[in-house]
Amino acid sequence: MTKSIMIVGVGGQGSLLASTLLGKLLVTEGYDVKVSEVHGMSQRGGSVVTYVRYGDKVYSPIIEKGAADCIISFEKLEAARWVQYLKKDGVIITNTQQIDPMPVVIGAVEYPADILTEVAQKVKVDALDALSLAEQAGSSRAVNIVLMGRLARQLDIPVENWKNALKSVVKPQFVDINLKAFDLGYNYGN
Amino acid sequence: MKELLIGNAAVARGLYEAGCSVVSSYPGTPSTEITEMAAKYDEIYCEWAPNEKVAMEVAFGASVRGKRTCCCMKHVGLNVAADPLFTLSYTGVNGGLVICVADDPGMHSSQNEQDSRHYAKASKVPMLEPSDSKEALQFTKLAFEISEEFDTPVFIKMCTRVAHSQSIVETSERVLPEDKPYEKNPQKYIMVPANAKLRHPFVEERTRKLIAYAETADINREEYADSQFGIITTGTCYQYVKEVFGDSVSVLKLGMIYPMPVERIRNFAEKVGKVYIVEELDGIIETHVKTLGIDCVGKELFSEIGELSQLSVATAFGLDMPEFSSVDTNVPSRPPVMCAGCPHRGMYYTLAKNKITVLGDIGCYTLGAMPPLNALDTTLCMGASVSGLHGYNKAGGKETEGKTVCVIGDSTFMHSGITGLVNISYNASNSTVIILDNSITGMTGHQQNPTTGYNIKGDPAAKIDLETLCKAVGINRVRVVDPYNLQECDEVLKEELSAEEPSVIISRRPCVLLKSVKAKPALTVSEDKCKSCKMCMKLGCPAISMHGGKAWIDPTLCVGCGVCTQMCKFDAIK
Repeated sequence: MTKSIMIVGVGGQGSLLASTLLGKLLVTEGYDVKVSEVHGMSQRGGSVVTYVRYGDKVYSPIIEKGAADCIISFEKLEAARWVQYLKKDGVIITNTQQIDPMPVVIGAVEYPADILTEVAQKVKVDALDALSLAEQAGSSRAVNIVLMGRLARQLDIPVENWKNALKSVVKPQFVDINLKAFDLGYNYGN
Repeated sequence: MKELLIGNAAVARGLYEAGCSVVSSYPGTPSTEITEMAAKYDEIYCEWAPNEKVAMEVAFGASVRGKRTCCCMKHVGLNVAADPLFTLSYTGVNGGLVICVADDPGMHSSQNEQDSRHYAKASKVPMLEPSDSKEALQFTKLAFEISEEFDTPVFIKMCTRVAHSQSIVETSERVLPEDKPYEKNPQKYIMVPANAKLRHPFVEERTRKLIAYAETADINREEYADSQFGIITTGTCYQYVKEVFGDSVSVLKLGMIYPMPVERIRNFAEKVGKVYIVEELDGIIETHVKTLGIDCVGKELFSEIGELSQLSVATAFGLDMPEFSSVDTNVPSRPPVMCAGCPHRGMYYTLAKNKITVLGDIGCYTLGAMPPLNALDTTLCMGASVSGLHGYNKAGGKETEGKTVCVIGDSTFMHSGITGLVNISYNASNSTVIILDNSITGMTGHQQNPTTGYNIKGDPAAKIDLETLCKAVGINRVRVVDPYNLQECDEVLKEELSAEEPSVIISRRPCVLLKSVKAKPALTVSEDKCKSCKMCMKLGCPAISMHGGKAWIDPTLCVGCGVCTQMCKFDAIK
């Protein structure tokens, strides 16, 4: 059975490290894995998406509408943008942070403030203020790992294995902050 | 050893394992990482060439000397390298020569959607198309063997989804091929008519041999199933077909996309009955199959436009789609933007304010076309801003000369802008060329170029001096401005536009994302002083927005460039 996970956010938010961690972990767990992202224009503050698929045998590197088991969103508007990709019984883990896109910045359109409420009426949403938790862990840049900690609740992989993979993908001086961020995400609300 | 690698890194690994010694490329999404990753192997000499034509000619030289060599480019880069390509097909190789070309169906980061497979057919150069990272590594190694066995350059054709998707590869050790010393052979390497006339029959014969190879080679693969129809496919489309049908449908997977087999396709068609062709962009396999007199269905079901996916395959075969939810609220788009503190912004604001017509070029600075700056009028291809400006002014004369400029980045200028400037000088148009010199190749992710003073490894290198270069081609008026200084930009722009001869303005400030550029403290808006006039908003800086009716600067984004400070008449930004 192939599982499909999407990581969505805004260019520059650190989704690359999240997908690197996830890829490393899943390979170590013995799965066939494909991780797909688009480089280039989208890095410049645009909407970015990474597809992660794993199982006994994975063919396509991309995920289609209605096919993601889980979407991890680094920003709440992005959760709404990609909600169509979620399976009917899937879950969106989302950061509640708001980052205004350029059409909002220049006043062409309003940021839909209650967007998460609407998303939660349609699908299962697990929302958390990952930015505050990351700051609590010691760095606002650890939003990605807070959200990975949260994802760990959804996947059937021992937490110890997550942490070993995490240690192998971050620089030694950032291991403690990231482990703390992971725990804060994992334990949030418990 | 098992590793999770993007397709481009797998090609680089293949270059390493195949004993490739020289790699010359010009960056271009989605091909850039091949050369970046290859440069991490000390055993391979790697370089960023000024353009793709130079890169391919470097590879030609290295091959003649007897080393395995490679050049990499994106699909539009192959247009630039087309001149050496067609004759390289005639000369053939000494050391194996591989050309990696990466297409971008869906145009994630490109100006067109051309299908590079046409080049393989047109130049009669074999082309291999991997479907994942594992094949990217294997096919790269095989490409060198084919190159040397058949005396031909060989294409590896990537696409965005293979180039930028990670999948598992098996790595092995580097094996250096036997050295092949250069032996003088004018009939093979000097392509004057008398010799080329002898080589052309060789090329035709080589293609016949390659077709025979394609008839039996493992790189093409039949996967038979008990199905009512069969699918011929290649590359990433193979993965979409397998995703939808698993092992329940007969598939002919073409790993070598040029030349294609004949008998093998006939046999497959006879066994499976109805034949479908699943390929992205143009119907190249379809045309080949139809030329063989075999009925098949291709482009009437699968669009020539954009990427395919498992969804397009499932839809074409009338299969059920999964259900999904959506929100009713209109979700604002999030287009890519010029970064906070981007040095291009000050110059673009100046151009927009003065209502200047701007012929643009290819790079990060193409984002100046977006609102609120809306500063660009054209974007065609690498270098076309400079040559296009000359043509525009020749057509418009005095009416346009004083209110039209072109903008081109430092790397793009070295790539193919300089030739346009030579034309402006030689054929005398009163044109004003602005070089946006941010000291790096920005859009593709910070590659060095001949103007930066560093090579691909980050070691010091010769630094081409743009001022001297422009003067050397006959431009007397060469000005340098700091784009963070709006007044200076405005004054110099007006002076050069009114000058009675061609001029170059170098707008110089390093890219803010460079590690060597240290951000200044974030600026803040004094709420008391802010009159909500929104002048600062005209810059389109992602760090500035209106909060509660007043301008607000996001401290996590602001790098303190100070351009907005100059916009504020009320001294509210400090």
